[in-house]
Amino acid sequence: MKEFFAFVRKEFLHIFRDRKTLLVLVGLPTVLIVLFGFAISTEIRNVNIGLLSLDDDISVLRLMDKLDRSEYFTYVGRFDSENAVNEAMRRGEIDAALVFPAGFVPAMYGPEGAEVSVLVDATNPNNASMEVMYLSQIIYGYFGEDMQAAAMSAGHSGGGGRITPNLRMLYNPQLKSSYNFVPGIMGLILLLICALMTSVSIVREKETGSMEVLLVSPIKPINIVLAKMIPYFVISCAILVNILLLTIFVLKVPVEGSFFWMILISLIYIILSLGIGMFVSSIVRTQITATLLCGMIFLVPVMMFSGMLYPIESMPVALQWFAQVIPAKWFIEAIRKIMIEGVPVRYVTTEILIMVGLAVLFFTAAVVKFKDRLD
Amino acid sequence: MDLEGDFTIPKGELFGIIGPDGAGKTTLFRILATLLRPDEGTVTVEGMDIVRDYRTIRTVLGYMPGKFSLYSDLSVRENLEFFASVFGKDVKENAGLIENIYCRLRPFEKRKAGNLSGGMKQKLALCCSLIHSPSVLLLDEPTTGVDPSSRRELWENLAELRDKGMTIIVSTAYMDEADRCGKVAMMKSGKFLLAASPSDIVSGFGKRLASVRSDDMFRLLHDLRSMEGVGKCYTFGDTHHIILKDGTDMTEELVGEQLVSVYGHTGVQVRRIRASLEDCYMNLGEE
Repeated sequence: MKEFFAFVRKEFLHIFRDRKTLLVLVGLPTVLIVLFGFAISTEIRNVNIGLLSLDDDISVLRLMDKLDRSEYFTYVGRFDSENAVNEAMRRGEIDAALVFPAGFVPAMYGPEGAEVSVLVDATNPNNASMEVMYLSQIIYGYFGEDMQAAAMSAGHSGGGGRITPNLRMLYNPQLKSSYNFVPGIMGLILLLICALMTSVSIVREKETGSMEVLLVSPIKPINIVLAKMIPYFVISCAILVNILLLTIFVLKVPVEGSFFWMILISLIYIILSLGIGMFVSSIVRTQITATLLCGMIFLVPVMMFSGMLYPIESMPVALQWFAQVIPAKWFIEAIRKIMIEGVPVRYVTTEILIMVGLAVLFFTAAVVKFKDRLD
Repeated sequence: MDLEGDFTIPKGELFGIIGPDGAGKTTLFRILATLLRPDEGTVTVEGMDIVRDYRTIRTVLGYMPGKFSLYSDLSVRENLEFFASVFGKDVKENAGLIENIYCRLRPFEKRKAGNLSGGMKQKLALCCSLIHSPSVLLLDEPTTGVDPSSRRELWENLAELRDKGMTIIVSTAYMDEADRCGKVAMMKSGKFLLAASPSDIVSGFGKRLASVRSDDMFRLLHDLRSMEGVGKCYTFGDTHHIILKDGTDMTEELVGEQLVSVYGHTGVQVRRIRASLEDCYMNLGEE
């Protein structure tokens, strides 16, 4: 055991003396979380909106005022023709416009109802669909209140009651993008540190020749590798805590489900990633191949196929199958379910079992492939 | 790499393996260190088979590979302590063995190993491979890239260790170092050509050897090679060495006369000399 701890101590020394790498390891998750949380947000904000209304109806103007006061929209001004609206949109002065036909308000109270057009610049389809959703929500809400008030004051009820769709965004009512990104970043960062850093640090010993000396010593070679994992395990746990604190207190994403299971799933994933790192180190000889292998085989597919950036369900079937073998996919899914949806742990048993299975697979493969000789 | 040869290294010997780059020295050391398994043939270390008993052998072996880099981000002391603990040993209990080598490193104990000079690095590497008191020490080209005074010190250290009863196997590409070994084996492209003590090798050199110089050394080499009765001719330091063929009446005097009269050389000197180890090596595998 004494030999083992000497190894662990040495690994910690390596890590703490290489301050730049350590800074990147700790800084990267922080930067990514803040970046995805605030800067690269898919939420809509400060959308410039114009109005085309032929009447001077007070309730339409009040609606625009209400939109202007929300954090999503800014009321730019009123236009007097459809052409003027088009021009303004081309010039980029407005991103969306509401068009009220003549006699809109009286028609609204009539049996036929009334129509309002929502024009949106759909150059960015994601933003456009979100703007449409927000706008229709606000319009429905606003005129719904108005109509109810009108019905009350007129003293009759029931007439003119129209069915309006009631859209609700479950689990993420404000459509915050951080809900999607936080599990993804966790999946990415933990894999990066555990798999990439561990494999590079093991292969470095092969490259510099010190592995030759370590092999010709009574210490069991497999212990050399296990001792390498402990510091990275500790660092991963620290980074996990860091990510969670940032998520909860800076991004204000609430943890809906069980905190205990979320941590446990993360620990399983960390161990799985360490297994990947160990496996990679047992099949390559140089640090550069280890980096490339981890990067190409594990990190890039994590971005593409884990559902972090693109939904797996909308991929071709072949790629959907491929996505099933990406370890991070299962982690991200499980974390999403526990953290965001807040479901009980029995709904994520599949994910947990698959991760445990993959971990066993990678560790076994690594131990089988591990050589205590050079040939 | 094909290795051919059959020899025994006696216990407590300072044994040199001499051969040019690519002769198979490193392969041999890796086999001895249980890192490579030979496809054919058997090797035993301290009576133990390197394939079957490799775990036990690894506890009695000290190995310093040719490309041994210490952990450059750890200090001198940390490196030493780490390698001691890998063998489950304490630096203090084995300090006696390395004291003579380590005393030169002590002023730099806190320095990072990466900032040491080449000679100091080799000393530290030697300390690290000795810290567990091995009974067999394998050193693969320990003097390559080390300055002459550090090389001399290293050989003195090795002699001391041999006197303490350690079996030491050293490889080197420098012929002058071979004289310091009790016994040397000469290798050429995987073949062991000779294994004997340096003095036996030198006295077993049965040819007539002479050193030649003149004012035009470059042309001299060419001319000597075209002379009848001169066997092999090669540069040796600032002279040329020639082997006079057996069974001819060619002598040193005759060579000198011909060089002046036939080839028009000036300042000609031809002297009969005793063979050195390098001469023996150059003429190996000729017959």
